[in-house]
Amino acid sequence: MSPIRRDKVLYFLFLHRTGLFVGLLTAALMLFPLIEDNPYTLGLTNLIAINTIVVLGLNLFIGYAGQISLGHAAFFALGAYGSAVTTVAGGMSPWPAMLLVAVLVGLIALVIGIPVLRLTGHYLAMATLGFNFVIHTVLLEWDEVTGGPSGFSGIPPLGWGDFLFDSEVRLHYLLWGSAMLCLLLSLNLVRSGVGRGLAGLAGDETAAASLGVDTKRAKVKVFVLSAVFASLAGSLFAHCYGFVSPDSFGIFTSADLVIMVVVGGMGSIWGSLLGAGLITLLPEWVDVFATYKDFVHGGILVLVLMFLPQGLVTGIVDLVRVKIALRRRKHAAA
Amino acid sequence: MLRLDGVSRLFGGLPALDRVCFDVARGRVTALIGPNGAGKSTLINCITGVDTPTGGTVTFQERDITGLAAHRVSRLGIARTFQNLRLFPRLSVLDNVLCGLSGEGGRSMVMAMLRLPYLRHRERLLKLRALEALDRFGLADKASWPASILAYGDKKRVELARATVGRPDLLLLDEPVAGLNSDETAAVGEQLRRLRAGGHTILLVEHDMELVMDIADQVVVLDSGRCIAVGSPDEVRRNPVVLEAYLGQMEATA
Repeated sequence: MSPIRRDKVLYFLFLHRTGLFVGLLTAALMLFPLIEDNPYTLGLTNLIAINTIVVLGLNLFIGYAGQISLGHAAFFALGAYGSAVTTVAGGMSPWPAMLLVAVLVGLIALVIGIPVLRLTGHYLAMATLGFNFVIHTVLLEWDEVTGGPSGFSGIPPLGWGDFLFDSEVRLHYLLWGSAMLCLLLSLNLVRSGVGRGLAGLAGDETAAASLGVDTKRAKVKVFVLSAVFASLAGSLFAHCYGFVSPDSFGIFTSADLVIMVVVGGMGSIWGSLLGAGLITLLPEWVDVFATYKDFVHGGILVLVLMFLPQGLVTGIVDLVRVKIALRRRKHAAA
Repeated sequence: MLRLDGVSRLFGGLPALDRVCFDVARGRVTALIGPNGAGKSTLINCITGVDTPTGGTVTFQERDITGLAAHRVSRLGIARTFQNLRLFPRLSVLDNVLCGLSGEGGRSMVMAMLRLPYLRHRERLLKLRALEALDRFGLADKASWPASILAYGDKKRVELARATVGRPDLLLLDEPVAGLNSDETAAVGEQLRRLRAGGHTILLVEHDMELVMDIADQVVVLDSGRCIAVGSPDEVRRNPVVLEAYLGQMEATA
């Protein structure tokens, strides 16, 4: 291969590096069940995929729009219960039900977001927390519809015709396929002008507004987007396990989701994958973590925020970027 | 091009701006000067929608923009820089400048998520324009640096690049040379002259009298929220009211 041709190929790869990484990761994930077919392990990785979808949306909201939500488990719950009720009680087929529920949850997020997103900081955290409490209580108390504390069972699996996503291996493809799709969509968003506007919004609202970013509208849009992601993940969760109960959607779930975002790093789309993975797996790896899960998660949150306020991955990446740039500056000066 | 008519801003009954009236002519540099606390930054904020005037009207190109939200004012073609820097520290220098073009990449979130080929193409053109803007300010080699590590003077220039990259009709500069040494000040002055030659209309808030007298076509003097003089640099320099405002202040501080 001539050097010019090689440069061209390298340039092409560089230009499409994001697509390339997503493609490689997807390929690796598609091959994963060939190496590892233990249903327990696959069950865990499937849960990571579901969490990843929620965390991607939440990370856009926290890391890009610069807001906070302690209530995203509520949107997750609305997706899960929405799918459960529409398919079992309503008799809808799962795919259209999932879309319908996602649209409805998006509308709910819009109605809530418009007034609530006028708040900032602690007030916003409290308001979203309150929303989570309301939804959780409704799930517990409205037992004719939701099944109350004992949960809702008999949710049909997803499928096409006779082909059903009913084994861990099949679910692996469905869930990771969806997660990779959401990853790609998020990556596209943050690499666009809209995404830069959002990053600006997280950095300095006044400056972003003075550059033409409609900050109020942008916040609501991202909030709705993240709610739709959470709803889709919830629907997948319901169809994957066939059973949902209010326990999965309390405020501790919301807190865990925020911790996943923080560990992954605010505004780091790839980090979302790592955050979801790490926090989902941690209780499995070490027994102590399983027993004292909430303590450990709280501890992680405090430590990360103290030493790397931008989150683990983003914090480290920032440090490296600054180091490299400083070294280059020294070189340029010399 | 820009007309202020009786613009007032009360802060709890205290007037920060008191019926300010003046025009900014197209293609000219209008300088806004005045002692500290005269209300210069408040005025800029009232024009750009960061703050809302309590009275009076702001008209831009025959359009009433009084009380319009900041992003709407920006989209009409008014760009600004800030007195205390407001760069996005975590974004790269290039991305900071690209934020100045945020409107031109399309505003639809769905389209952005699908990243259709036309958007990809447009994105490449925007990057090119942002690099050109950085090059004009001699910063192209630092495009990939995080904005946080730049030296103060460079940060000021990135803000200028970010404000000018979208070719705004009117550019509001809030103390562009504050805190710069004389070499850097001269360089920024040179860039402002070039911007004016390129047909930009500039409203310049500045303390550096040498710079103001050098490049302004019209000078507006504010004191305690009131507009006390409008005229050419020479007229203003000889205006007894202006001298008193400045000398009076010097006596007070001495």
